[in-house]
Amino acid sequence: MIIYVPCDSASLAVGADEVALAVQAEADRRGLAIELRRNSSRGLFWLEPLVEVVTPAGRIAFGPVAVEDVASLFDADWSSSHPLHLGRPEDMPFLQKQERLTFARMGITRPLSLADYEAFEGFAGLRKALQVSPAEVVQQVLDSGLRGRGGAAFPAGIKWKTVAAVQATNNQAAQKYIVCNADEGDSGTYSDRMTMEGDPFMLIEGMAIAAVATGATQGYVYIRSEYPHAVATMRRAIELATAAGFLGDKLLGSAHSFHLHVRMAAGSYVCGEETAMLESLEGKRGIVRAKPPLPALSGLFGKPTVINNVITLASVPIILARGAAFYRNYGVGRSHGTLPIQLAGNIKHGGLVEKAFGVTLRELMFDFGGGSASGRPIKAVQVGGPLGAYVPESQWDIPLDYEAYAAVGAVVGHGGIVVHDDRANMARLARYAMEFCAIESCGKCTPCRIGSTRGVEVIDRIRDGENRPQQVALLRDLCDTMVHGSLCAMGGMTPFPVLSALNHYPQDFGLPV
Amino acid sequence: MTPDNTFEAVATAVAAHQHLPGALMPMLHAVQDAVGYIPADAVPTIAKALNLSTAEVHGVVTYYHHFRSAPAGRQVVQICRAESCQSMGGEQLWAHACVRLGLHGDHPGTTPDGAVTLEPVYCLGLCASSPAMVVDDKLHARMNIQKFDRLVAQAGSAA
Repeated sequence: MIIYVPCDSASLAVGADEVALAVQAEADRRGLAIELRRNSSRGLFWLEPLVEVVTPAGRIAFGPVAVEDVASLFDADWSSSHPLHLGRPEDMPFLQKQERLTFARMGITRPLSLADYEAFEGFAGLRKALQVSPAEVVQQVLDSGLRGRGGAAFPAGIKWKTVAAVQATNNQAAQKYIVCNADEGDSGTYSDRMTMEGDPFMLIEGMAIAAVATGATQGYVYIRSEYPHAVATMRRAIELATAAGFLGDKLLGSAHSFHLHVRMAAGSYVCGEETAMLESLEGKRGIVRAKPPLPALSGLFGKPTVINNVITLASVPIILARGAAFYRNYGVGRSHGTLPIQLAGNIKHGGLVEKAFGVTLRELMFDFGGGSASGRPIKAVQVGGPLGAYVPESQWDIPLDYEAYAAVGAVVGHGGIVVHDDRANMARLARYAMEFCAIESCGKCTPCRIGSTRGVEVIDRIRDGENRPQQVALLRDLCDTMVHGSLCAMGGMTPFPVLSALNHYPQDFGLPV
Repeated sequence: MTPDNTFEAVATAVAAHQHLPGALMPMLHAVQDAVGYIPADAVPTIAKALNLSTAEVHGVVTYYHHFRSAPAGRQVVQICRAESCQSMGGEQLWAHACVRLGLHGDHPGTTPDGAVTLEPVYCLGLCASSPAMVVDDKLHARMNIQKFDRLVAQAGSAA
């Protein structure tokens, strides 16, 4: 009998290790031979730990399983008579309604099994990339319409093309780098963490393809210190991939070499900004660089560097394996492909939903998420991380699309969706946004460094009812300065949650509706 | 750790990472992993090995929230204070932890007996199972006040 218990952080945090131990102990006690496998999580986090047993009818899921449930599961012979029986995962509506391309293996495979990875199309993209010219690889990524999934939504292919085009005029320019930004600091986002912990070879493959396309020979994955499991899994995956010839000298016997390293961040939110991340990788304080020069021309250690987010790079293998058109045909407008959307906060069914662009917040929150966890009405939804706008109900039917969101002053960002019920005080959340900026500002530019501190004070005065109309005018003016005067998105976007809260929920600031 | 052991641990971490490009961050992680914090005495050693000024190294140590300049308590409790956890009662959990440990919410630090260090953390990536926290290296999600009391009671008895 084969039994799967996930090893994803979010499963471990609700007792997956203890459940795995209990399953093995109970099997031993009964003299049953079982093979316990640790898979990644399918991303149905309200059901974790989600335990699956292999049957002739496929894998059958039970969840959420607590240690106390284990004996009764064996008593029921893992049949449908057990109250935690969920049936085949692929028949569950939450999964059935998704379009999983990058997350296709998630929850099915064991993260560090190269055999599992290859059995599900793993390394097909890299093999394709090695059969065609580097220019053709870049063209495939351009044609796919893939835009950076980190938040700024810049076309990935353009970056790659720029780095690929830098000729080694002398020995100085010969070195190029691929850097993966895995500093996923936004509250409500976890798809990078899931990828690194659950399907690390997919990221490695994507980075290797980027290296082949651009001529880079060294790569770094910059992972936040809050993700120790992701760091450990990536380090081990790199060792395994290197030993098997997917990394290192002469990739799969080709002329290309690519060496990959993991670097751990140290708890600075702004290091998710690409130039601050480069400073950190170089061993300095993570302070934002002015652009130009673009990192594509002068990036890590002053060399041409491709910087992409985890999901951007992880989307590349399938683009190469199945062709640009396959990927491009998902989505709406200029938002092509799929986005791993992360349902979080006060939501009944929180978890990972991969869908083509064009899905609406209402579908995500109710059809997938099942409404609020508290059962109370949903008041506000923050989309795109702590620097994303609070989206009121009047905008829940807008299709998820970079341009459509930008048109209403919102952002898709990294696809994080944090739900708040009617108990949320939006003035308090607006204050929090300013306070977060004050804590995390790198300090290089005045609008962000000083503006955030003044922002907290002004919001306090509004909440206290001190010269309210004047203070509101002052807050708007301050936000305008931050948006237009800040060096990077930290100060430039903090006004998004603040102003959206003020505009859509004036009553929480003591203002007339 | 005795002063001699600390000195040795720092020297080992420095030697093991000196050759890396952009070595300072991996080196600081190694020192903190071995010693538990970055001792002030280690800063000149690190600076010398990397041909940096002590001010530069000090600047990096103090810039990043992860690095400590003093030892932590015997247990380290980190509670997520970001939006997702806030929406599920994270702030009440934080307030409860402060009262329970007798610490001030704005400057929590370490309990006077050195048992527990309480720290805020901004997202653990467990946002679909909010609120979340860490006790030493172990993650806990779907937290509530009762679970917190159980975990801290365990932490207290283990210390």
